[in-house]
Amino acid sequence: MSNDVAIQVVSLTKCFGDLLAVDHVSFIVSKGEFFGFLGPNGAGKTTTVRMLTGVIRPDAGTASILEYEAGSLRAKQLTGVVPEMANAYGDLSGWHNIMLMAELYGIPASVARERGTGLMQETGLYTRKDSLVRTYSKGMKQRLILCLALISDPQVLFLDEPTSGLDVQSARLIKDMLQGLNAKGKTIFLTTHDMEEANQLCDRVAIINEGRLVAIDAPEKLRMAVSGMYSVEVSFDNVVNPELLAAIPGVNTVKKLGDKWRLYTVSPGELVVSLTNFSSSNGLRMVSLNTLAPSLEDAFVALTEKEVKDA
Amino acid sequence: MPDMPTVLQQARRSLAIVRKDIRIYYAKGPVIIFGVLFPVFLFLSFTIGRHLSVDFMIPGLLGMILFFTATSVSPIVIPWEAQARTLERLMSCPVKIETIIVGDILASFAFGLAISLVPILIGLFLGITILSPLFFALAVILAALCFASLGTVFSIPPTNMPSTVNMIAAVVKFPVVFISGIFVPLDELPAWGQAIAYISPLTYFTDIARYSIQGRGHLPVALDLLVLLAFTAVFLVVATKLHHKTMPRRI
Ligand SMILES: Nc1ncnc2c1ncn2[C@@H]1O[C@H](COP(=O)(O)OP(=O)(O)OP(=O)(O)O)[C@@H](O)[C@H]1O
Ligand SMILES: [Mg+2]
Repeated sequence: MSNDVAIQVVSLTKCFGDLLAVDHVSFIVSKGEFFGFLGPNGAGKTTTVRMLTGVIRPDAGTASILEYEAGSLRAKQLTGVVPEMANAYGDLSGWHNIMLMAELYGIPASVARERGTGLMQETGLYTRKDSLVRTYSKGMKQRLILCLALISDPQVLFLDEPTSGLDVQSARLIKDMLQGLNAKGKTIFLTTHDMEEANQLCDRVAIINEGRLVAIDAPEKLRMAVSGMYSVEVSFDNVVNPELLAAIPGVNTVKKLGDKWRLYTVSPGELVVSLTNFSSSNGLRMVSLNTLAPSLEDAFVALTEKEVKDA
Repeated sequence: MPDMPTVLQQARRSLAIVRKDIRIYYAKGPVIIFGVLFPVFLFLSFTIGRHLSVDFMIPGLLGMILFFTATSVSPIVIPWEAQARTLERLMSCPVKIETIIVGDILASFAFGLAISLVPILIGLFLGITILSPLFFALAVILAALCFASLGTVFSIPPTNMPSTVNMIAAVVKFPVVFISGIFVPLDELPAWGQAIAYISPLTYFTDIARYSIQGRGHLPVALDLLVLLAFTAVFLVVATKLHHKTMPRRI
């Protein structure tokens, strides 16, 4: 094993009764990489994270974190975790939650106090540090859970949907912190349903569907791999009949998005010309016009839908 | 086998679990008050109207209080944490499952010891004398540990409903109180009654307490202590081994 590997997963498998939740999944995450783990609901993301963080045991296959077996004390010592739907202790203050976590990781008390103060200030919780977590808002709880994961200054960080259900500010704060940590060389394994988030943050993403890995690549390469998914987004100063739009040569599909229309096509350049002709011959004025490359979301839908059909 | 530094490190982390448990589950007014009052009332309801000496009553009351308090909260800590979704984060920390269980046992042990001071002080106030303080102290400590370990045995089935675990615990706890020579001395029990009494760890504690306060017990004290020690060891091993199997199934 070369020593720039942070996470190595070989043929990892987990069944629940007859259900193959994770089916011979293999991949490698390098040290310092920001790795995204995407998939529809029930794809097996959380189950994979739980095996990698030693909460449940795999039925087959192996996984290692920085060369230690996943789930071993040494591996856990180097890992920070933000589990999906996990809670901090509501009957303890935020501060006591952090100090408990520090003790469980064996962090000396003086270091823990210093780091804990820094983290609570960074996440805007410091003024509420002595309130019971029960009284925190959802966003505050989620920021506290990130503090809990970071108190041991872990080399590898697992986050299972850390920003789901948060407002823009809280989500952005968490994303900024993750980027900062990644810039300092931490390896980050992020599960998310937010394609834009994955696109912005991740060096590479893996897509899992029904327990199987269906793609693993840089977001940009995944986007380019889905052809025929270019689109042009246009809005007019007046009402337009969608049938007329669909009749424009080169348009595959028409979608209404609020006050805009999205037209899917293979050749966006030609469509822009056709649209100009279309609006002048119909007495319309274009208010806005944008050409869009396939998004990570398009790639995701294409990859996970294809699997469903094949299955 | 884990090496020595690992054992010491895990022991320290167990203490963090103890502090967490005490803060969250034990240091609560209702838990403490109920811990004292419930056994007292149960005891009084079976002894009131009978002309029993303080020397006879205090060992029985102490046994009951110790038994009920040390097994009161320890069975529900793990199901409760699974339900409140704090267990997963605990399990992803660098602590062994044994470390978590031992922490829960020690917290319950400390609670049992602290509450048992109440009947001891009442007894001293009412004029009992502890004839062999060493055996007495040893017995209280060992019994608290034994019952606390038994408490975590109750929570082995991987249900996340505290009420289910409480039911399992109650089904065992109440009969145990009645077969342990608390209300009727062992000497006065028929042979079959004595035979049943010997399967309860509480019997051996009550016997030592009677020996220490009344001056004579039914069995030799050394034997009582030895059996209590054996029960403790069995409960500890069973709890840690089986929780190791069932804990991942709670997630
Ligand atoms: N403890 C369990 N017992 C039985 N089945 C389970 C258990 N945990 C997960 N599963 C099943 O395994 C499959 C994968 O679940 P998992 O939680 O890993 O999905 P996910 O990708 O994280 O989904 P989501 O995006 O909804 O969080 C699902 O079909 C789920 O029902
Ligand atoms: Mg999930």
